[in-house]
Amino acid sequence: MSVDPAGWDALRLSLLVGVVATLIALPLAIWVAWLLARRDFWGKGALNAAVHLPLVLPPVVTGYLLLIAFGRTGPAGRFLESTFGLVLAFRWTGAVLAAVVMGFPLMVRAIRLAIEAVDPKIEDAARTLGAPGHAVFRTVTLPLILPGILAGGVMGFAKAIGEFGATITFVANIPGETQTLPSAIYALLQVPGGEDAAITLVLWACALAFGAVALSEWLARRVAKRIAGT
Amino acid sequence: MSLAVALTHRAGTFALDVAFEAGPGVTALFGRSGAGKTTIVNAVAGLLRPDQAQITLNGRVFNDAKTFVPPHKRRIGYVFQDARLFPHLSVAQNLDYAARFGAKANARAQIIDMLGIGALLTRGPATLSGGEKQRVALGRALLSDPEVLLMDEPLAALDGARKAEILPYLDRLKRDSGVPVLYVSHAVDEVARLADHMVLLADGKVARAGPLFDVMADPATVPLIGVREAGAVLRATVREHGKDGISTLAVAGGTLSLMGVDAPVGAVVRLHVLAQDVLLSLDRPTGLSAQNILPVTITAIRTGDGPGAAIALDASGDTLLARVTARAVTGMGLAEGQQLFAILKATSVAQNAISGGVTSAPTPAP
Repeated sequence: MSVDPAGWDALRLSLLVGVVATLIALPLAIWVAWLLARRDFWGKGALNAAVHLPLVLPPVVTGYLLLIAFGRTGPAGRFLESTFGLVLAFRWTGAVLAAVVMGFPLMVRAIRLAIEAVDPKIEDAARTLGAPGHAVFRTVTLPLILPGILAGGVMGFAKAIGEFGATITFVANIPGETQTLPSAIYALLQVPGGEDAAITLVLWACALAFGAVALSEWLARRVAKRIAGT
Repeated sequence: MSLAVALTHRAGTFALDVAFEAGPGVTALFGRSGAGKTTIVNAVAGLLRPDQAQITLNGRVFNDAKTFVPPHKRRIGYVFQDARLFPHLSVAQNLDYAARFGAKANARAQIIDMLGIGALLTRGPATLSGGEKQRVALGRALLSDPEVLLMDEPLAALDGARKAEILPYLDRLKRDSGVPVLYVSHAVDEVARLADHMVLLADGKVARAGPLFDVMADPATVPLIGVREAGAVLRATVREHGKDGISTLAVAGGTLSLMGVDAPVGAVVRLHVLAQDVLLSLDRPTGLSAQNILPVTITAIRTGDGPGAAIALDASGDTLLARVTARAVTGMGLAEGQQLFAILKATSVAQNAISGGVTSAPTPAP
């Protein structure tokens, strides 16, 4: 099977987008998951809904909303460009943003479940031993939820490399710039005789997705074991 | 050391309104399940903020109308009913956890030795038995260099054998560490064995508080402690161990023959003599199988609503409690000041009520 250079570019870009999106989203997802699992505050329901919205909205709608907000004429887009010189629309950085938004709910869900599985009484015990709040999180909560964080990260990564609808709506399908693996497959399938080239990319996508889910499952099993202390 | 607690707290339909002080030694917070014991201890620890509170330890205000000191700044050690060891850390890392936050673990080696946990240091908490977990939890709390140790039913989750395994360590803790203890329990035998002072809770209020020997010997506390478990606590000196397994112990009013005493000759032990196991006789009985007969004087008679009566007896300075029927009180014509004989069966003193390591003097203040 031969792979044209565009295929390689798409694979490389997908991995880049996946890694960067995961690294950006993960700390934020940990914080939001902790808020949702451990804190009561006004607007918690709204935050929860907002986090999960990309999971239930049609991805094309999410992509279009991103374009409105983060396009070069959108309010957030103008602010980012004038302040940081950062342009998102029709750039690979925009693909990262789309991946962050789409993968975020998956990360938050996995991490929140892990936090909720940690008995708050263990955290109370740490407080009585002289640990201030942030130290309780760092020395007790965080190590216990680490497998959950990794599982959430893997899920988010898999979502990022597979994201299509929001990405193509927000940053289009520009080879070498915003053409990720799914976009490349889609483009090849639009061309008569493109199936042969597409099938290689399809197999890669399957392997990546399968590997990510298997890794995530394995890590999730370790959450339970770790919290049981074996 | 002085811990002063006054708080009111309402949770659902349950209202708690208590005030008491705890001095050096072991102060037992005793009451039935749901009496509010854990709420009080959590308030002292800072894990719960009561509706109103005035809590001070050695003059440091923990909680009043203006102040709420967070738990990590209180320097209290807390041993929970469920040990709550950190599952991701080894025993040694659990023990050294407080040191990460500046606790001076001066007596680390002694504490590990006292609790017999030296062989467990590299193990994970999940591999420990319930008794081992609780000993590690105790060591972890002590190594936080606390000014007061809070223990919330530390033995309640353990079966009889594990309890018997850990009680000697608590005796040693009391004798050796000098850390004052607030000990929550609904088990009379533990309290009778360990406590110096007792705060009796009932219906969210302090029903009686004072030195353990006085509270346990007060006929008025019998319904609060429970008629089956109430009974005075005596100090006795072990005189000799007979070859037949019966030991002779001296109390103020004479000698007692008891089974299963494992303290060495000369040791001072506590005897928890259940009120329902004390019989009264107007004449010195003869021809009885029971060997333990003490001449006593009735100091108080308390008849309640039920068919029972609690009678306080002076035995040459010791106080005994006896529980008889109200009918026996009238039938025998019992009255305060009357002299008669108390009969204790040798087997009437439960073995776990005999505390080998307890000395007669209360633990001195650190």
